[in-house]
Amino acid sequence: MSDLDATFAALADPVRRAIITRLAAGEATPGELAEPFPITLQAISKHLKVLERAGLITRGRDAQRRPCRLRPEPLDDSADWIAAHRTRTDERYDRLEQLLHDMKERP
Amino acid sequence: MSEQEVTFERIFHAKPGMVFRAFTDPDLVARWWVAADEKIEVETLEPRAGGSWRFVNTDADGTNVFHGVYHSVAEDRIVQTFEYSEFPGVVLLETLTFTDLGDGRTRFTDTSVFPATAAETYGGGGGAAESMDRLDALLRTL
Repeated sequence: MSDLDATFAALADPVRRAIITRLAAGEATPGELAEPFPITLQAISKHLKVLERAGLITRGRDAQRRPCRLRPEPLDDSADWIAAHRTRTDERYDRLEQLLHDMKERP
Repeated sequence: MSEQEVTFERIFHAKPGMVFRAFTDPDLVARWWVAADEKIEVETLEPRAGGSWRFVNTDADGTNVFHGVYHSVAEDRIVQTFEYSEFPGVVLLETLTFTDLGDGRTRFTDTSVFPATAAETYGGGGGAAESMDRLDALLRTL
């Protein structure tokens, strides 16, 4: 799985998106992150692993707390890719417009 | 329109059949798909249901491959996938339509659906604060 693919997959889950939203406000421990959800700490831990593998969060070294921090760079990558695709495609259709115009002049 | 869609629209001064040809004839595709300073090799172009397409672009920075498969192909509508070698696994679903305006012109639309993200996240630049703004915008649309 590519990095970008991992980012999309990680964001496809509502619990993981809620975790990301919470971490955007500042670091938090797994216990704090689990609080709003009716799920076990173990289930939260699994979500955190997916987010960590996608490079969207980092975990602190403190063995007791293991605080989680947001790492937003992969989100930039996906946004940049879409922006680049949009520009590239726009330019491509501009060229098609020109070609169709030219063919009409000189079929 | 969902936030995962990006739509392009153009009015072409050509009949729909001509526009369709520009998408399905390798020689014509090669004339508009890349910029003047790039080279394109149309390796595969099989405009029929289940066929595939594969273009190899070369510019000063190197080689890029674009490829996909045709889901359905009709004179007024092509449905296909789109994948870029730089980001393998991120597959767009593209629907192209060619609508006859009856006066020698064609309304063309390209609707591209991305796996999971939002149009609101567009924009470059760096910095943690900007990243957070974009993250916020992204999360609001998911």
